[in-house]
Amino acid sequence: MSDITRLTLAEARDALAAKKISSLDLTKAHIEAIEKARGLNAYIVETPDKALDMAKAADARIASGNAGPLDGLPLGIKDLYATEGVHMQACSHILDGFKPPYESTVTSQLWRDGAVMLGKLNMDEFAMGSSNETSYYGPVASPWLPAGWDADKGRAALKGDKKGLLVPGGSSGGSSSAVAAHLCLAATATDTGGSIRQPAAFTGTVGIKPTYGRCSRWGVAAFASSLDQAGPIARTVRDTAIMLRSMAGYDAKDSTSVNTPVPDYEKSVGASIKGKKIGIPKEYRIDGMPAEIEALWQKGIEWLRAAGAEIVDISLPHTKTALPAYYIVAPAEASSNLARYDGVRYGLRVPGKDISSMYENTRAEGFGREVRRRIMIGTYVLSAGYYDAYYVRAQKIRTLIKRDFELAYQDGIDAILTPATPSAAFGIGEKGSGDPVEMYLNDVFTVTVNMAGLPGLAVPGGLSASGLPLGLQLIGRPFEEETLFSVAEVIEQAAGRISLPQAWW
Amino acid sequence: MSVDQATVRRIAHLARIAVRDEEVPHLQQELNAMLSFVEELSAVDVTGVEPMTSVIPMSLPLRKDEVTGHAGADVVTRNAPGADDHFFTVPKVVE
Repeated sequence: MSDITRLTLAEARDALAAKKISSLDLTKAHIEAIEKARGLNAYIVETPDKALDMAKAADARIASGNAGPLDGLPLGIKDLYATEGVHMQACSHILDGFKPPYESTVTSQLWRDGAVMLGKLNMDEFAMGSSNETSYYGPVASPWLPAGWDADKGRAALKGDKKGLLVPGGSSGGSSSAVAAHLCLAATATDTGGSIRQPAAFTGTVGIKPTYGRCSRWGVAAFASSLDQAGPIARTVRDTAIMLRSMAGYDAKDSTSVNTPVPDYEKSVGASIKGKKIGIPKEYRIDGMPAEIEALWQKGIEWLRAAGAEIVDISLPHTKTALPAYYIVAPAEASSNLARYDGVRYGLRVPGKDISSMYENTRAEGFGREVRRRIMIGTYVLSAGYYDAYYVRAQKIRTLIKRDFELAYQDGIDAILTPATPSAAFGIGEKGSGDPVEMYLNDVFTVTVNMAGLPGLAVPGGLSASGLPLGLQLIGRPFEEETLFSVAEVIEQAAGRISLPQAWW
Repeated sequence: MSVDQATVRRIAHLARIAVRDEEVPHLQQELNAMLSFVEELSAVDVTGVEPMTSVIPMSLPLRKDEVTGHAGADVVTRNAPGADDHFFTVPKVVE
């Protein structure tokens, strides 16, 4: 086999089971690929020794006929997940040196099923960002080159400040970049407002944010607890289905975890969608949307119709309110969750003249600009006199957003098709330096799904005029991720698998 | 609604984030950009609408009031920037 990092997760699993390859070889190939790709800055910590040990153990299990569903498959882990004894900082300065003495539930389930950990992946600080530019460890570059760039120009930019190279999306930008650059077979990610789906759309990969409560949040650093969900990014619909089965499941340690059985999602990949009702919400046709996004959406509609689905125009009238309401709810919850970082129990401490100034100095230096801004806006909307006007009102609007979806589903809609993002990937350093809201608009199509707690999946639909990936989003009924996998597979088959970039880095 | 510079300082103090004088005007501008972005919500009719408390209809489960997964004081204080004999140390708070 020429380059075993080019295998899909499913192909690698089958090749391991057929003893055509070993996990040790597969893992070594990925470790080498990661070393050569350090310029992308997708991994912030590499754990090759751990990976090789895990691979050897997996090979032994496979040889003895006791292989788990992910046995021997090398994965990357977003830095938001606690990994026992291994760096975990949510890519923030404030968690300097933190090595959790415990393992997140989701990652523990991956290791239970035999997966191999390659290292920790870069991300926006505390998952706050849409471009992976807020990380304390610096921006991540997408493996996709801007139009007109050759490999030499790309490599030169990697050695400098990366300006002009494309963002891999965010907050799970290390995850999407690593998956698209073949630096792991799949990666864990998290999604509070679009942080799985937007990076997947920007890099030509597949990502699913499952229903709220489907994956345990235990051991995943909290950003906005009522919106955060774990999920995978991988290179195919099938691979994300395989990953989600291992990541999902009830956990008594997360009180919002839902106790329903986890289906074998892979079985729904390839199932017929004949007769499924697909809703097309008119409110997602926003002003100033590029014609190529509109055209992509139309193509998606045609593909699903050709596969026997019934296309239904629907209305989700409160769509427009979702993004502003999100920027009240999410910062409010963040300001509360991030109160724990005070320089006492873990991470950075900056001295002060008394305890209060120690807190203030630590948090001023430890948090980056975007995180400080969101904590402050969250503090403001929760403060006396403003709580009802902002926070309670936003939570009422959230009820209305959710009701829009419930009414559509009551009318028999099985899934909703929308664009995943309002544009293709933009350049590093291009957006949000003046007005923070410019960056927030990236999440206009994805954020509604978090506000309503629904499952959402991004799948590549084609390329933009400048040759960059564009994604379609599918929104499902609560706990009906299987429908999303079936419909997404139809899109993947019709669009043809995106040909990911060859290594230029 | 918009915030003045005194409010910016008050919020920063409530959030326990030190701000330098020269940062205040810029922060004020950014916070006001966010507040004007969310301003359109005041036009939404929310009469009789219940605020969302749980996005998935479920009641919070109760568990037995008992110690679970206690790893020991060594482990708990291992990551602390200042710890002494299983205590977290902080600047003096009582005279």
